[in-house]
Amino acid sequence: MAGSASGGARHHKVTPYLLSLPALAYLAVFFVVPVWALLRTSLSTNTGGVFDPTLTFSWAFSNYGDAFSRYDEQIIRSFEYALIATLLALALAYPLAYVVAFKAGKWKNLLLGLVIVPFFITFIVRTLAWKTIFGDDTIIVGILDAIGLTENGRILSTQWAVIGGLTYNFLPFMILPIYVSIEKIDPRLLEAARDLYSGGFRTFRKVLLPLSMPGVLAGSLLTFIPAAGDFVNAQYLGGTNQSMVGTVIQSQFLVTKDYPLAAALSFVLMLVILVSVLIYTRVLGTEDLVT
Amino acid sequence: MTTPHSPPAPRLADRLSDHSDDHASPIRKGFRPPPLLRRLGAWFLNAYAGFVIFYLLLPVMVIVAFSFNKPVGKFNFVWKGFSFDAWADPWRYPALVDALVTSLKVAAVSTAIALVLGCMVAIALVRHRFRGSGGIDLFLIIPLTTPEIVLGSSLLTLFLDFSWNLGFGTIVLAHVMFEISFIALTVKARIRGFDWSLEDASMDLGANPTRTFLKVTLPLIVPGIVAAAMLSFALSLDDFIITLFNAGATSTYPLYVNNAAKTALPPQINVLATMVLAGSLAFIGLSVVWQRWRTRGELR
Repeated sequence: MAGSASGGARHHKVTPYLLSLPALAYLAVFFVVPVWALLRTSLSTNTGGVFDPTLTFSWAFSNYGDAFSRYDEQIIRSFEYALIATLLALALAYPLAYVVAFKAGKWKNLLLGLVIVPFFITFIVRTLAWKTIFGDDTIIVGILDAIGLTENGRILSTQWAVIGGLTYNFLPFMILPIYVSIEKIDPRLLEAARDLYSGGFRTFRKVLLPLSMPGVLAGSLLTFIPAAGDFVNAQYLGGTNQSMVGTVIQSQFLVTKDYPLAAALSFVLMLVILVSVLIYTRVLGTEDLVT
Repeated sequence: MTTPHSPPAPRLADRLSDHSDDHASPIRKGFRPPPLLRRLGAWFLNAYAGFVIFYLLLPVMVIVAFSFNKPVGKFNFVWKGFSFDAWADPWRYPALVDALVTSLKVAAVSTAIALVLGCMVAIALVRHRFRGSGGIDLFLIIPLTTPEIVLGSSLLTLFLDFSWNLGFGTIVLAHVMFEISFIALTVKARIRGFDWSLEDASMDLGANPTRTFLKVTLPLIVPGIVAAAMLSFALSLDDFIITLFNAGATSTYPLYVNNAAKTALPPQINVLATMVLAGSLAFIGLSVVWQRWRTRGELR
């Protein structure tokens, strides 16, 4: 870290600020100001025509009431799907991350490479591929049908298609942070636990899990947040009963052009997520989120 | 581990009776499965990991395979037969090719801008201890913890407020915004823990700051910068949601696919996706080779 450098020359004191300034200014203009514009829009009313809206700021808190009363179903569904997808992703990611970190040996880098391969195909094309895989007469749907996960023999246009798509699309974001935190664990700690007669499950619960918790929480956030705001999976894999809050925001902004209502929904989504993130970072410290 | 003398007797007795065949150890033993069961467990764990990798790669394999499909009708969703038709004529849809070119341009321009801004702030955070650095850290993370739809829609409200024309420019502005954070955090993570006293050594030996930066600092941080640039490029190429809000009439590859999905999905979409995938993998392969070549002979 920094400590070693800078022998007290005066310009060193301003250097870090000068280096940080351009990026911070950029984020201020293209992140903070837009969020403020979003907030303003969410409290405005449309005084123009339906297709050519003119917005007037008027402390219109009723937009929020509207948003909740008209789209409560979508808001709840978004967080429900995101939560299920996050739990599924965790169940899939943890064992894989453990195997890659401790058992893979020389295959480690290859396996890590395979985990990020999906990133090199556009999100939307990957989602469309699930439409093929979950097609009505495929083997996979046959298997899922036998297990009893289908509705009338279908996966497409059910909630499981949407949740499956969400789980899939954000799974690498769960795997990588968990891998990083498991990889940091000294394997000798696990050996020590075994030498002290701890069984497999107890070693997991008392040693492995607590030490990899930062990765688990970071991965959960990186999965939950994009999943809660997503509309692409619902649009392509779901039916009309699977629309999420993102679906509404997108169509209100880009099709119906009811900007105040869409902005209110957007702001609600952001606020709910921001509050949960702040609670997490309070508990963990921000460093754990990114390393 | 000391033997507890004080705790109530029944617990100790319990422990002893649980493992009456062991030499009266006060340590509670966990369940130790017999070797066969343990090997079965290890096998199951590996199989499970294999299954997850398969789940990750299944759509990728489907996308590549379906670039060789001979679809009947306008949609490429059902396997109808093997053919090289789409590969023989990959540029058949000019709008698709234009969209891909736009995507590549956006990725290149936005990454170049974000790289400069992101590296500067990363260097400030790693090399200097200063008041407010914690706040800057947090400020860099917040955009990443904001759903894309909020980022996209809030930028749209800004552009609407100022009646900016949506298009290539606004897409680049939007992409730079989310790339800065990714780049800053990646570079930061990669260059933390370097031996910066090498810089002092260089200065002591008479090099001026510029020369020190070019000859010492830059070579140290280049691998981190390359990794960050690759990540940023891939994220930009991949982005759909933010771009959708800020593109106006301009089309990128993901936007083209989204529009096409309503009317027709030719296998050329899969061909181009496969090309991008192959190109990315080749690039990563080359950068790994370059990295090995660069560090050859260095003490390990």
